[in-house]
Amino acid sequence: MGKKVALIGTAAMATAMRQINPDVVSAFPITPQTAIVQDFASYVHNGMVDTEFITVESEHSAMSACVGAASAGARVMTATSSAGLALMWEILSIASGLRLPVVMTNVNRALSAPINIHCDHSDSMGARDAGWIQFYSENSQEGYDNLIKSIRIAEDENVRLPAMVMIDGFITGHSTEILEILEDSQVKGFLKENKAPYSVLDIENPSTFGPLQLTDYYFETKKQEADAMVASMDTIKAVCKEYRELSGREQPLVDTYMIDDAEMAIMVLSSTAGTTRSVVRELRKDGIKAGLIKPRLFRPFPKEEIIESTKNLKALAVLDRSDSFSGQGGPLYSEVRSALYDLDTKPVITNYVYGLGGRDTTIDQIKKAFNDLSSVAKTGKAENLVNYLGVRE
Amino acid sequence: MNKKSNNLKPSDFNTQRKPTWCLGCGNFGIWNSIKKAFVNLGLKNHQILIVYGIGCSGNTTNFIKTYAFHALHGRALPIATGAKLANHKLNIIVMAGDGDGVGIGGNHFIHSCRRNIDITYIMHDNKTYGLTTGQTSPTSDKGYKTKSTPLGVIEEPINPVSLALSSNATFVARGFSGDVKYLTNIFESAIKHKGFSFVDVLQPCVTFNKKNTYDWYRERIYKLESDKEHKKEDLISAFKKSKEDMGGKIPIGVFFQQEKPSYGDGLKQIERKPLVDHVINDIDINNLLTSYF
Ligand SMILES: Cc1ncc(C[n+]2csc(CCOP(=O)(O)OP(=O)(O)O)c2C)c(N)n1
Ligand code: SF4
Repeated sequence: MGKKVALIGTAAMATAMRQINPDVVSAFPITPQTAIVQDFASYVHNGMVDTEFITVESEHSAMSACVGAASAGARVMTATSSAGLALMWEILSIASGLRLPVVMTNVNRALSAPINIHCDHSDSMGARDAGWIQFYSENSQEGYDNLIKSIRIAEDENVRLPAMVMIDGFITGHSTEILEILEDSQVKGFLKENKAPYSVLDIENPSTFGPLQLTDYYFETKKQEADAMVASMDTIKAVCKEYRELSGREQPLVDTYMIDDAEMAIMVLSSTAGTTRSVVRELRKDGIKAGLIKPRLFRPFPKEEIIESTKNLKALAVLDRSDSFSGQGGPLYSEVRSALYDLDTKPVITNYVYGLGGRDTTIDQIKKAFNDLSSVAKTGKAENLVNYLGVRE
Repeated sequence: MNKKSNNLKPSDFNTQRKPTWCLGCGNFGIWNSIKKAFVNLGLKNHQILIVYGIGCSGNTTNFIKTYAFHALHGRALPIATGAKLANHKLNIIVMAGDGDGVGIGGNHFIHSCRRNIDITYIMHDNKTYGLTTGQTSPTSDKGYKTKSTPLGVIEEPINPVSLALSSNATFVARGFSGDVKYLTNIFESAIKHKGFSFVDVLQPCVTFNKKNTYDWYRERIYKLESDKEHKKEDLISAFKKSKEDMGGKIPIGVFFQQEKPSYGDGLKQIERKPLVDHVINDIDINNLLTSYF
């Protein structure tokens, strides 16, 4: 069975990469991702993996090298953060458009300007429509598990889409936590052969990748991509079930805490779910019916699970660690509202943009949001739909 | 620029922040030299814009009091280019690392050279990525071992001086941050030069680069003036000199300088005054538009 180890978050991701043993890794250093790639470079050096490791001059080149290797049928991984992901943006949609199952870790970090190295989700949310599967992880354990699952999901013949796994920069990436890792042989046994339907190196069946499609076929290609994303849900569920049997870890796509009889709940991605859970526990002691909803998956959007988790609520606050600058709140909020829009009965849904640029999100802030929510639950009305938590005005 | 007319001291270019570089870092030498060069050239704080890359070098943003722009990694040159076109009266300087300049931003470097835009580019060349804790950079010596390349670099390094020369830069020099006096002179000439001026500064990174140390450089460098054969108007000679560091000796000084119209010189829009000084409030475009109605 698995064993317990104490690792910093980036080391947990590098460990998963070592066990996955990809054919090619190409990456470029950026805080707070750097340690993942450095650990991995040492695995290559020590002969612990069979990977071709390519150091390049930018993330644009890193993702391009990944795309090149994946079109030859290789299992390919990388990792980045912030401006690095932004610089990859042009190639992200090449990976998804060509249906290449590249898998990466994104250690969430705020986008410039102003320059900042700490955690928020503006980087990965900026790539939410790039056709990549997106997992968000509360801690190193989930990051590690999500990364291994992502390989199986991305490479599945019914999916063939790239996937990114998020862990929170510094909060998760640089802190030591105890996690349970699988045996190398278990990971090896869990992964399947990566059967690429086409390969640029298959000289018996020559193929061209990415040729021009104009008004004639482009639309159909994109529709296929959209269909693949929707259909990937079945594979995601099947892979998660299999992984649960292997690891013993129950990790529903949308996780909940104390939700069954809750009147109000906070929905939040990644590490802040931990803070919220402890606040819920405290409020429960005072008899306050609070709950937590934590989506692990953001792309494809787990609509059914979100509806199920919110069905008994009077009030729901969605927390976003990035702003969409639309005047209508953050990205998770918009999508949750849209998912619930057609229901006859639904909670009042408010939004809190929080923790931008790594601003610490405290227990008191979460309590404040719950406090606001309790009056929303009582009155059925919210004074402000979109709020900013913990900002100095 | 009137010499020494500003009555300033180098410390007048300090901010309230003390540099955060590691003790002994070569960035200190560059920092001291550039402030002295400003004083010697009679420049005032508000007459200078420095655009910085991201890196230990870029952290200078917080330690020199002029107009400042902390750009993205690799993108300092295009930002400086835009600023120069908007206000060509400003003295515009770019300070960034070797990773910034010939790695992620390499494309901008060669195009800025050939464009001959009138800015001064100071490359803090420590042959490593300092800020991200010492990975190899495109100027790292072959075989240089780091955490990202435990087996040593297998690629050939880029020689920034040769690259600038072959990209048609009109002022190309190399300095050493361990020789502040000489570096100050080079900075002054570079800033005075009309057109794109490039200074490759050999900058020891005492924390991560244990190979290219102060001693390592001191054993190898010599000043170009000591070679009477070399004329800075002679591109071929400059190119030969730039390739010398392959052979163990490293020349510093001005390799090449040429007078040529700079990019802005050809632009009608800024012939009479900088773009920022154009008043657009009271321009009535109705007359022009009615001719199309
Ligand atoms: C797009 C992007 N990728 C990566 C980084 C991370 N990063 C910051 S500084 C740096 C390298 C610094 O090296 P160099 O430019 O030589 O400057 P030095 O720190 O040595 O002065 C890197 C890779 C970034 N900021 N942005
Ligand atoms: S890491 Fe190197 S370049 Fe950066 S401040 Fe320290 S000595 Fe200077």
